[in-house]
Amino acid sequence: MAETTSTARGDSDRRAPGSGGVKGAFGALQLDTRLLGMIGAFLIICVVFNVATDGRFLTPRNIFNLTIQTVSVALMATGMVFVIVTRHIDLSVGALLATCSAVMAMVQTRILPETLGLGFGHPLIPWLAIAAGCIVGLAIGAFNGWLIGYQGIPAFIVTLGGLLVWRYVAWYLTNGQTIGPLDDTFRKFGGISGTLGVTGSWIVGVLAVVATIFTIFNGRRRKIAHDVTVKPFWAECVVAAIMAAGILGFIAILNAYDIPQRVLARNFRQAGTEMPEGYTASYGLPISVLVLIGVAAIMTMVARRTRLGRYIFATGGNPDAAELSGINTRMLTVKVFAIMGLLCAVSAVVASARLANHTNDIGTLDELRVIAAAVIGGTALSGGSGTIYGAILGALIMQSLQSGMAMVGVDAPLQNIVVGAVLVLAVWIDIQYRKRTGGD
Amino acid sequence: MRNGETPLVELKDMCISFGGVHAVDHVSIELYPGEVLGLLGHNGAGKSTLIKMLSGAYKPDSGEIRINGEKVEISNPRDSRRHNIETIYQTLALADNLNASSNLFLGREIVTPMGFLNDDAMEAETRKIMARLNPNFQRFAEPVKSLSGGQRQSVAIARAVYFNAKILIMDEPTAALGVHETQMVADLIQELKAQGLGIFLISHDTREMMELCDRVSVMKNGQLIGTERVEDVTEDDILSMIIMGRNPREEAA
Repeated sequence: MAETTSTARGDSDRRAPGSGGVKGAFGALQLDTRLLGMIGAFLIICVVFNVATDGRFLTPRNIFNLTIQTVSVALMATGMVFVIVTRHIDLSVGALLATCSAVMAMVQTRILPETLGLGFGHPLIPWLAIAAGCIVGLAIGAFNGWLIGYQGIPAFIVTLGGLLVWRYVAWYLTNGQTIGPLDDTFRKFGGISGTLGVTGSWIVGVLAVVATIFTIFNGRRRKIAHDVTVKPFWAECVVAAIMAAGILGFIAILNAYDIPQRVLARNFRQAGTEMPEGYTASYGLPISVLVLIGVAAIMTMVARRTRLGRYIFATGGNPDAAELSGINTRMLTVKVFAIMGLLCAVSAVVASARLANHTNDIGTLDELRVIAAAVIGGTALSGGSGTIYGAILGALIMQSLQSGMAMVGVDAPLQNIVVGAVLVLAVWIDIQYRKRTGGD
Repeated sequence: MRNGETPLVELKDMCISFGGVHAVDHVSIELYPGEVLGLLGHNGAGKSTLIKMLSGAYKPDSGEIRINGEKVEISNPRDSRRHNIETIYQTLALADNLNASSNLFLGREIVTPMGFLNDDAMEAETRKIMARLNPNFQRFAEPVKSLSGGQRQSVAIARAVYFNAKILIMDEPTAALGVHETQMVADLIQELKAQGLGIFLISHDTREMMELCDRVSVMKNGQLIGTERVEDVTEDDILSMIIMGRNPREEAA
C-alpha cells in the first residue's frame, strides 16, 4: 500500500500512482477493508429485516430504539477491546455493572437523601451517585488487574470468580430488591427520557462534522510537514464527505422520530399548560448516544495517540518484547482493567437509567454480549489487534440481529441460536480474511 | 588489562543458579570500547544467561558489574537501558503487530507538547536512520511481521544505534538470516565498532566469530574456559576449548 506511493517533495499534491481506473481510485481512498466488510454486513442485515418486516425495521423510530439499546453493551465493548488486545479476558463485566448500578441506586435513593439528609430531588444527587459508581467500578477493575498482573492469577479465573462475587455483592447490597424510582436527572442518561431535541442535535452534528474535517486535514498537514506520503487531496475530500454525510444523515433520522402526540400532551399537562394546536416535537440525539460518542472518541485517542495505547498494543503483540523495552506490563494490566471497570460504571448509568430502576438481574449475560461485540468487531483473541469503532459496530450488529428477529417474530430460542452461530461465523470469516491478507 | 585502559564493561565473579544448577559459575569478563568480544560455547554453556544479567533480564546471585569503572546495579531492562546498554535478541524482540517506527521507539516514544504520540516525527526519524543502515528498507507503514528476517533485524539494530548505545549485546544476531542479510549485519558490526561501541556477540558459528571478533571467551557448563585474542588462536584451538573444556595455550605453557 504505502510503499507504492511516491515521495515527491513540494506543497503540490503528492498523488498515489494508479490514479487511473476505478480500482486505482478506490485504492487511493485507503479505506479499511475490514471496516467496509462490517458495514456491508450491517447494511445487509438492515435490508433483509426491513423487507421481512414490511419496512418497519428502517423507520426513524426503530433506528432510534436500536441505538439506545446498543449503547450499554457498546460502552463496555470499547474497554473489552483493550482487555482482549493485551491477551486477557473479562468475564465479570455484567456482574460489575450490577454492583455499580446497585451502588448508584442506593446512593441516590437511600444514602444521600435519607442518611445524609440531602432530601429527594437535590441537584447534586445524580452527580454524586455517578461519581460513587465510577469510583467503585474503577477500584474493582484495578483490583482485578492487580490480581492478574502482580499476583499472576489468570484473567479468566479472576473474572470468572468476579462474575459470581460482584453479581451477588449487588444482590447483597440491595437485598435483592428493585431499587427506584431513580433520580429524574439521572434518568436522562437512559435514552428516550433524555434527548437533545432537533436544534441541539443539529448543533452536535455540525460540531462533529467540523471536528472530523479538522482531524482529517490536520493529520494531512502534519504528515506533509514530516515528509510522510499522503493520499491524494480528492481522496481525502471524498472520505471527509462520506463521513460528514453519515453523521448528518444519522442526526436527520433521529430528528425525524416525532414524539407521539399523547406524550407531548401529557408533558404540557404536567407543566400546567395546554398544548397548542398542531404542535410537534422530535426526540433527536439521545444523551446516552452522546456519552457513547464521547467515550469512543476518547478511547480511540488513547489507543492511537497515547503511550498507554501504544504499550497496550505492543504488549498484546509480544509481551516479552514489551517487557524488554522497559514497559511495566504489570502496571499496564492494572490500568487496562481499571479502564474496563470505569466503563462498566458508565454503562451501569445508562442501563439503570433506561430501566428507571436498579433491578436485581441488570447486566445478566452482558459479559457474553460484550465479548461477542468486540470479537465480531475484529478484535483477535490472540491479542495485539482490535479497534474501538469495530467493537461498537459489532455491538450494533448483535443488537440489530436480536431486535430484528424479535420484530419478525422469530421464537426466542431460535433467536439465541442464530446469535450464537453468527458469533462463530464472524470469527471464522475473520480468520479467513487474515489468512488471505497475510495477517492484520 | 589493555594498556591500563578502563574497560567499558567489567563483569566480575558473576554467579547465578537455577534450582541448584550453576548456570553461571564465577565468571569474569571485560569489554573495551571499540571492541567486539565473542562468547562461544555449547547450548546451555551459560553464555546467554551471563549476558542476560547485564541486560537486566536476570538478577545475579552474586558478582559485580562495573561500567566505565563504576559499580552499577542492574535489576531490570530499564536500568540497563539507562546505562546505554542495548540488547538485540536471538528471538527478535519486536512487537510483530506494530510498524518499524513504533518498534524503534517502543518505550521511548517522541511525544507532542500535549503528551500525545508524535507518530509522524517518529516515522521521519526512522526513515533517516534506516536510510543510513539499510537503504533498501522501504516498508515503514506495515507491521514488522510482514518483513523479512534481515529487515526485522535491521529495525532492532537501528533501535540500538538511534539511542546512542555505548554497549551492544547481540545474541545470535544472524541466526534467522540468509547469506546476504548476514553480510549486512557483519558490515554493520564493523561500522558500530569503528564508532567506538563495545559489542558482546554470542554465536555458535566459530568461523563467523573468528571474522567478526577481536577476542573470544569460551564457556562450558557455566564456567569460563578462557579468553583469547583471535589472532593468537586457530579455529581448532577454539573448537577444542568448546568441546573439551581445556585451553590448549595454557596447557602448552
